Amino acid sequence: MIGFLLRRLVMVVPALFGLLVVMFLLVRIVPADPAAVLAGDNATVAQIEQIRQTLGLDRPLYEQFWLYLTQVLQGDFGTSLYSSRPIGADIALRLGATIELTLVSLVFATAVGMVLGVLAAVRRNSLIDYVLRFISVGGLALASFWIAIMLQLLLSMHLGWLPLRGRLPASLPAPPHFTGLYLVDSLLVGRLDIFVASLSHIVLPAFTLSLAGLAAIVRFTRSSVVETMQNDFVAYERAVGYPQRRIIMPYVLRSSLITPITQVGLMFGSLISGAVAIEAIFDWPGLGFYLVQAILSSDYKAILAVTLVIGVIYAFVNIVVDVIHGLVDPRISQKG
Amino acid sequence: MLILRRFLRDVPAVIGALIVLTLVIVAIFAPYIAPRLAEAFDSNLMMRLKPPSADYPFGTDGLGRDILSRVILGTRPALAASLIVVLGAMVIGIPLGLIAGYRDGWVSETIMRVTDVFLAVPQLVLALAMAQILSGGIWSAILALALTYWPFFTRTVYSETRRVRSALFIDALESLGASRLRILTLHVMPNVAAPVIVRATAGMGFTILTLAVLGFLGVGAAPPDPDWGLTIAESRQYLPQSWWYATFPGLAIFIVVLGFSFLGDGLRDLVDPRLRRSR
Repeated sequence: MIGFLLRRLVMVVPALFGLLVVMFLLVRIVPADPAAVLAGDNATVAQIEQIRQTLGLDRPLYEQFWLYLTQVLQGDFGTSLYSSRPIGADIALRLGATIELTLVSLVFATAVGMVLGVLAAVRRNSLIDYVLRFISVGGLALASFWIAIMLQLLLSMHLGWLPLRGRLPASLPAPPHFTGLYLVDSLLVGRLDIFVASLSHIVLPAFTLSLAGLAAIVRFTRSSVVETMQNDFVAYERAVGYPQRRIIMPYVLRSSLITPITQVGLMFGSLISGAVAIEAIFDWPGLGFYLVQAILSSDYKAILAVTLVIGVIYAFVNIVVDVIHGLVDPRISQKG
Repeated sequence: MLILRRFLRDVPAVIGALIVLTLVIVAIFAPYIAPRLAEAFDSNLMMRLKPPSADYPFGTDGLGRDILSRVILGTRPALAASLIVVLGAMVIGIPLGLIAGYRDGWVSETIMRVTDVFLAVPQLVLALAMAQILSGGIWSAILALALTYWPFFTRTVYSETRRVRSALFIDALESLGASRLRILTLHVMPNVAAPVIVRATAGMGFTILTLAVLGFLGVGAAPPDPDWGLTIAESRQYLPQSWWYATFPGLAIFIVVLGFSFLGDGLRDLVDPRLRRSR
């Protein structure tokens, strides 16, 4: 298992380093002179030159890269051009919000998706199966930012059942920071009112974010269960006279849930992508919203930093999924 | 013709093919089909934010333009842009996949490690960052998407080429002295074409969706383009009163993407019956 982990790390680190190089070069080479942009329209040549020197933009590219690399390795992403705060601190502040949103979506999509997928497989070719199959293709074709706006329109604006945006109403304070997840932190300090409020705020964004993943999980669970049920051992158990339920629950499920588990890892990528638009729509103060703001204000250092941090999270999640996968199915970690 | 008959028995695939065919026809003849071509671009403040009616089946937008006509005209940028993205990604990705799959050693290793770099971040995030750095606008979005999509083709072609390479006929060609270029283009490529076509079909729908997100977030199409994602972004300031404003462009995206994924699934079942999604 340790060798397996090491091999994965050896693959991941060069990829992340390559990402850093590509993004750094793009940021340094392509856009207009950042010093001139920062100085504004009325700046003199001397002023621009001074900004260029303080930012180190007059030095050779490899020196700038080396400087940036050593800073990044110490967790220093520089100062945001527009918020004038350290980008690392900005990101740390928002990480919890994104983790909370994606985790809730992931859990919802996995739990509901697997149940629906098994249901569709067991009731194969029934009406339920056809409806679920349409949902499982349709969910992937929906633009999540559109369905988010539609649900906002219906449930928040017209019916007033759920809050429109944010993580908490302005009347409630954020719970003390332990995990950064309001749902957990509020319970840790025993504030049920904050827990209920943050739960009602997360329902809509988490649900819309989960739709694509839910669709994928339904689809893979269904086909995996259908495949398992065609095995000889199921036919044998049927012949011996086991009731359907006792065949499905312990035997079929255990051998057919491996495929959906690998899907959870892939799903995480689509969750992170989806979170960018969803966070912007619901004013959810996470990494995705921060990225959109950085993009709209041409804050290149922040764009670079968020991309890297997302890359690290993504790599971490993929390794965790591989480890779980290896535990469930030992053939994988041994093969390498 | 057996293959055609089998395809026609797959109802969702036929529906998908019909949707895609309709999309192509509508996109080609958009200016003739749009009922109010002039009112698709000219603002008419007397007519702004009118709900759907017989004259304006999809209603009018914040500048009094006919949303139906704009949705119809929006098929053009959606289809053209995603076609360029997918073709561009294929042009970059397929040759690299062929080379990496056919050769061993550092060339192959380098190519595959570079794909790792581009797959280290979810595609949308990387495309979003790149599109902004490349200064925004629809062409930046197209370039960014093509530059982040090619590794998917490289991966597919790579594993297929590896499979074909060990076949006996490749050995035979090599011993006859066929050049590497000839083997790759005339003999390996046709054998890896099927999964590539399947991926490209599904990728068209996926790219339309991603382009809509980029347009929505403000790094794709710019006003006054009739881009669907952009229209949905514009509609947000007129909610909750003007529900129709975002509804119809969003439905258009849904139907088109659904069409491509139905078609893609159907093609995949034809190419590889083992993967058939359901029996």
